[in-house]
Amino acid sequence: MAVNAAPQTRALAPTRIGAALKDALGAALLALGLAVPVLALRTEQNMSNELILQPRWGYVAVAVMLAFLARLGYLLAPALPKRQRTRARPRGFGRALSMALLVLLLVYPVLALAITGKAGAIKWIDNFGIQILIYVMLGWGLNIVVGLAGLLDLGYVAFYAVGAYAYALLATSDPVKAFMAEWIGPGFWPAWAFWICLPVAGLMAAFWGILLGFPVLRLRGDYLAIVTLAFGEIIRLVLINWVPVTNGYAGISGIPRPSFFGLPFTASDQGFAAFFGLEFTPLYRTIFLFYMIVCLALLTNWVTLRLRRLPIGRAWEALREDEIACRSLGINTTNTKLTAFAIGAGFGGFAGSFFAARQGFISPESFTFMESAVVLSIVVMGGMGSQLGVAIAAFVMIGGTEILRELDWLKQVFGADFEPTQYRMLLFGLGMVLLMIWRPRGLISFRAPSIFLRERRMVRAEAVREGRG
Amino acid sequence: MEYFLQQLINGVTLGSIYGLIAIGYTMVFGIIGMVNFAHGDVFMLSTFIALIFLLALTQVLGLGSLAVALFIVLLLGMLLTSLWAWAIERLAYRPLRGSFRLAPLISAIGMSIFLSNLVQVTQGPRNKPVPSVLGEVIVLTGGDVYAVTLSYKQIMIVAVTVMLLVAFWYVVQRTSLGRAQRACEQDRKMAALLGVDVDRTISLTFVIGAALAAVAGLLFMIYYGVVNFADGFVPGVKAFTAAVLGGIGSLPGAVLGGLLIGLIETLWSAYFSIDYKDVATFLILAVTLVFMPSGLLGKPDVEKV
Repeated sequence: MAVNAAPQTRALAPTRIGAALKDALGAALLALGLAVPVLALRTEQNMSNELILQPRWGYVAVAVMLAFLARLGYLLAPALPKRQRTRARPRGFGRALSMALLVLLLVYPVLALAITGKAGAIKWIDNFGIQILIYVMLGWGLNIVVGLAGLLDLGYVAFYAVGAYAYALLATSDPVKAFMAEWIGPGFWPAWAFWICLPVAGLMAAFWGILLGFPVLRLRGDYLAIVTLAFGEIIRLVLINWVPVTNGYAGISGIPRPSFFGLPFTASDQGFAAFFGLEFTPLYRTIFLFYMIVCLALLTNWVTLRLRRLPIGRAWEALREDEIACRSLGINTTNTKLTAFAIGAGFGGFAGSFFAARQGFISPESFTFMESAVVLSIVVMGGMGSQLGVAIAAFVMIGGTEILRELDWLKQVFGADFEPTQYRMLLFGLGMVLLMIWRPRGLISFRAPSIFLRERRMVRAEAVREGRG
Repeated sequence: MEYFLQQLINGVTLGSIYGLIAIGYTMVFGIIGMVNFAHGDVFMLSTFIALIFLLALTQVLGLGSLAVALFIVLLLGMLLTSLWAWAIERLAYRPLRGSFRLAPLISAIGMSIFLSNLVQVTQGPRNKPVPSVLGEVIVLTGGDVYAVTLSYKQIMIVAVTVMLLVAFWYVVQRTSLGRAQRACEQDRKMAALLGVDVDRTISLTFVIGAALAAVAGLLFMIYYGVVNFADGFVPGVKAFTAAVLGGIGSLPGAVLGGLLIGLIETLWSAYFSIDYKDVATFLILAVTLVFMPSGLLGKPDVEKV
């Protein structure tokens, strides 16, 4: 048999190409069928507000050609030799990578400042640095619930919203302002509001985590995901409709920005710049916010890593692997689940109040189901339970979609009315699907056991038995 | 009393639409145990397909008869929506079958984001007002203050739903496809051993679900007279609630759940608060799952250790 194999494959080659062409033609036909209504005919309103159709067959032709070529390329691509998995990675490779990334993170504002100058740096630090780090923090927070305890939560954004609204409402409420002004001094509350409200917001979110955790204790898997989704939506709908308190769709504006431990970032004489004898620029606030979210995210990471070694962390991981075995070994699953919900929610609350302070304005629009889906997908795509994987996934997905804002040169290719940013979420969704097909277990699917016998060996995720919960 | 009767009529109309979408959720969950998150967006896509073909037939081709036009739109919409669902299943779900449990869920969420943004990019973000179709009403009781009316639209919606459900029931109960489907639902591995083409059966399940969603899409478009790219999520969640309330995996349950959700939503808006009508649905969803996970007509989920 082995002797005949070589000539046979050579003889089969033309038929193989023929079959591939046929298959690709099928793909092209499918693309034609899919593209015909939505892509070929655009509905537009004319002057008298009636809908008319605008044919755009050119786009369809492009889509069909793309489908044909992609399928053909996929079928005819020389089978890549399967790379041997480098089992013997140098010890501490992950650790060294984490340290390198951390150092890069700490010098990032300086680098941005050096490369793009003062005007460009704000954009790069804010849109890329802070934006990505918020999602890293949310991902790490949700990782406690999903990655460690195995509780699938699709309503995480609710706690983010609770944190943000807790800070916004407390900091802008008149009775609190008046009370503080009377008892401590007029300058106290504007300067210290953020630092006092941050822990309060975290506690509030943790409290809501327990409150919403109670009814769902018996649920598992997809059902749990759906109920948490429902809770998340209820909270958002209440924020929209409870106008006297939350101001509804209009949102809350004028939220005090955080101060440098009492020194506001303003151009006044008591401001940060004047105090240190620097020239005033809004850059300082951005850099301060950047380091603040770095600290908050690292705090989340550190707490998670520490908790994993405590009995509660081990109970979480046992719960993820097998709830029934866990219960029969005498672990109190109620407490285990509620602490996971509470701690995860608490970090969501911190991130929320940071978000409110950074934006200075919040509205229910920022807390839609889409945010929960994005955070959950970051956790799953990173490889559940892997801290480094979550950070990489957040960087790739959020950074990747943010970078579209910078691709103005595409306008020269596709014409002036081409707007790359409107494809952000389109590509995000497509990226989620492709990444799942490519690596269903996430980017980093190795798992470091938190407890081991004699030798610390990485476990392939496929080898870890899936708890059904 | 007249007011109540009117709300009842509206609720049943809305409920039939939810029921049609809910069948897609319940069938897919029954057969592969997965919440097909993209189903709501497939439904939204079908409203656009229906709108585009309706415009093409009446404006571009100048078809005079509305009934004929609607019938053609219905058939084309079912065909193309099924094609989409088939392609989605083939590309985004099938490679992940038997894989890590969360992977298909994330893939479905990704697909849902992709579909709604695809429609937003290709058709624009604004509401599309649909040319008015079947606007006439029949006055049932001409009360002094409040007249109960039944519009042709509502009659059509309920009639189409009932006809389709009968046809669908026949397919599931009396044909070999339906038998294969029920077999896969009970035990996929055993069904495969006995010669059922499991992949084909699952594909057809998605196709049937999408075809029913396409009918719901056309009816929804006619009933509300406006479509938008974001209209997939909320009707999708409501239909899913209907499936859960009726007992997920149970086909009569999905229809019953749809009717109940439609009625609850209309009555809640009529008597309590229209702002919180979606909260009512979400609360029902949570309460049902927590206290009655098998729903009204579903079989209890027995877990073997």
